[in-house]
Amino acid sequence: MATKEPLLKVEHLSKEFPAESGMLMSRFAKKVSAVNDVSFEIYPGETLGLVGESGCGKSTTGRSIMRLTRPTAGHVYFEGRDVAKMSHKELKSLRREMQFIFQDPYASLNPRMTIGEIISEPLQIHGDGRTASERNKYVRELLDVVGLNPEHINRYPHEFSGGQRQRIGIARAFALHPKLIICDEPVSALDVSIQAQVLNLLKDLQKQFGTAYLFIAHDLSVVQHISDRVAVMYLGKIVELSDWKTLYAEPQHPYTQSLLSAAPIPDPDIQKSRSRIILAGDPPSPIDPPSGCRFHTRCPIAQGVCSEQQPEFREVEPGHFCACHFAAPFPIKESSIEL
Amino acid sequence: MIYPSPTQNIGMQAKAESTVAAKANAGDSSASRTLWGDAFSRLKKNKLAIIAAVWIIFIILIAITADLWVPQTLGDPTATAANMAESSRLAPSLEHPFGTDTLGRDVLSRVIYGARISLTVGVVATGISTILGLIMGAIAAYYGGIWDTIIMRLADIFLAFPYTLFVVAMIAVIGNGIQNVFIAIGILGWPSIARVFRSAILSVKENDYVDAARAMGASDVRIVARHIFPNSVASIVVYATMNIGGAILTESALSFLGMGVVPPNPSWGTLIQDGQQYLQTEPWLMILPGLAILSTVLAFTLLGDGLRDALDVKMKDA
Repeated sequence: MATKEPLLKVEHLSKEFPAESGMLMSRFAKKVSAVNDVSFEIYPGETLGLVGESGCGKSTTGRSIMRLTRPTAGHVYFEGRDVAKMSHKELKSLRREMQFIFQDPYASLNPRMTIGEIISEPLQIHGDGRTASERNKYVRELLDVVGLNPEHINRYPHEFSGGQRQRIGIARAFALHPKLIICDEPVSALDVSIQAQVLNLLKDLQKQFGTAYLFIAHDLSVVQHISDRVAVMYLGKIVELSDWKTLYAEPQHPYTQSLLSAAPIPDPDIQKSRSRIILAGDPPSPIDPPSGCRFHTRCPIAQGVCSEQQPEFREVEPGHFCACHFAAPFPIKESSIEL
Repeated sequence: MIYPSPTQNIGMQAKAESTVAAKANAGDSSASRTLWGDAFSRLKKNKLAIIAAVWIIFIILIAITADLWVPQTLGDPTATAANMAESSRLAPSLEHPFGTDTLGRDVLSRVIYGARISLTVGVVATGISTILGLIMGAIAAYYGGIWDTIIMRLADIFLAFPYTLFVVAMIAVIGNGIQNVFIAIGILGWPSIARVFRSAILSVKENDYVDAARAMGASDVRIVARHIFPNSVASIVVYATMNIGGAILTESALSFLGMGVVPPNPSWGTLIQDGQQYLQTEPWLMILPGLAILSTVLAFTLLGDGLRDALDVKMKDA
C-alpha cells in the first residue's frame, strides 16, 4: 500500500481558535491550539484511524482537511493539489472526491427533507446528468446498498432510528463515489450492537468502491476493527502513528500504552491479572499547553528534558512514527508504575 | 450503474433493523407525506386552535363579502342617516342588531366594514414588518460580525422606545390615514421579528446538515434556501400570526387616539372612540366593537400557539 502515491497528504497542519472573543481585545485574546503541527498521509483505499480523548483535536483535523474550518497553518494536499489554495470551482470539484460522515445522525440530516431528497442532493449540486427518474432509481439502489428499504425513499429522517439515519448519511456520502471519506466518530452515537453493523457496512462499501477513510474515533476497539493504520492524538498533536498490529502489540509512546492498558479485555482472568497504567489528572488546557512534550505533565516516565524540549515525531522503525524522547517498545516498565 | 449486491449478513441485519422501525411506524402506510401536511393533521387535533382558525376565516369572509349583502339591508356605513334625529343611538333590535350610533348609522355594518380595515392593517403591517425583519435578521445572522452588531444595536434602539408611543410619534410626523398606519406599524415592527429570525438562523446554522451541505459543495444560496430557511421559518410563521393580532390592537389604539383611520371610515378603534362617550347610557356602542377586537386578537394568538405546537417536527403524533 505504501508504494503508491498518497491520496491525501497533511503537512504541519495547525488550527487555533480565539479563546475569548472580546470585541475590543480580540488582538490580545488567548488562543486555543486545537491542532498543532499534525502531519500524516492517507493512501488510496486504506483506512487511517485517528484516536484520542475528547477535545484533543481529532474532529478539528477532519474539518480542516475538508476546509469546513480554515487551518491556521500548514498544508493539505489532495492528489497533490493544495486544498487551502483552491478556488471556489476547484473546491467544488474537490468535494466530489471527498465526503464527510458525521457523528450525530440526528443533527446531520435536514429534518425537512425526505431521505430521497437528502441522498440526491449531492447529485443535484454536481449535476450528474441523470434525469429525475434515473436519479430516483439510483437513490433507491443506494438505499438498498446501505441496507435500507428503497420503499422508504419518501420518508423523513425523524421516522428512522439512529442506526438507520447513519446509513442514510453513509448513502449520501457515497452518492458521488468519493475517493476519500472522513468519518467523524460515525458510530459513537449508536448502540454497541448497531455499531458493529454500521462498521461492517463501511468496510463492505470500502471493498466495493475502493474508498479511503480517515476514521476518527475515541474507542480503540472500534478503530482496531476497521483501520489499516492508526494515529494517536494527544492535546492537538499526533504522538504515535503505525499500522494497527504494531501499535496494539508494541506501542512505543507512553500515552498509547496507557490508552491500551485502559481498554478492557473481554476475559476476566486476563483483565484481573494485568497491570493498568492509570494517568493522573486531566489533560491540560489547550489554551496554555505544557512546554516541551505536551504529555510530560502526566507521563509516568517523564524526565527533565521532556519539559524543555519538544520531542521530534520520528520514525522509530519503518512505518512506525512516535513523538517521544524515550520511545521504545513498552517504554513504561512494570516497576515504574505507581499503584 | 451496476452494483455488486451487498453481502448477505448486512442485508439481514438491516432488514431486522428496518422491521423494528416499520412496526413503530405502523399506521402511516402512505409513502409520501409532507411536513406541512403532518403539521396540519396535528393542528386539527388542537380544538382551541381550530375554533380560532374558524373564527378568523369567518371574519375574513364577512369582511370580503360585505359589499354583497350589507348595504341593501343596513345602509351605507359611512354616510349619515337621512332621518338622523329619529335613528340616533337606537338600542339593539332586530333591525339594527348592534344598535345605531349618534349619526344614525347601523353599528353592525360599521363593525363589519371596520373588520375590513382592521384586518387589512393587521395583515399588511405584519407583512411589511415580517419582510423587513426577515431581511435584517438574515443579514445579521448570516454575515455576522459588523453587520450583526449594526443591525442588532439598531433593533435595540427601536425596542428601547415604548412601541405605541413610537408609532404615535411617527404618525405625527407622516400624518394619519390608513396607508400611513400600515407604514408606521409595519416599519416599527421589524426589530422583534429580526431578533426571532436571527436567533432561529443562528441555531439552525450550527446543525451538522448545514456543514454536510457545505461539504457537498452546495452554494450559499442553496444552503440558505434549502437548509436554513425551511428550518427557521416555522418560528416566523408563528410569530407573524400572533403579530397580526398585535397590529390590529395597535391600529385600534391609534384610531382610538384619533391618529389612525380617519372618520367617517370605520375601524374598530374609531368605533370604540365614538362609543366611549356613551359608555354609561348606551354601552353597546363601545362594548360590541370591543368584543370584535378581543375575539379576533385572541383568535390570532390561539392560532399562533397552535401553529407553534403543530410545526414542531419533533412532536410525534401521540
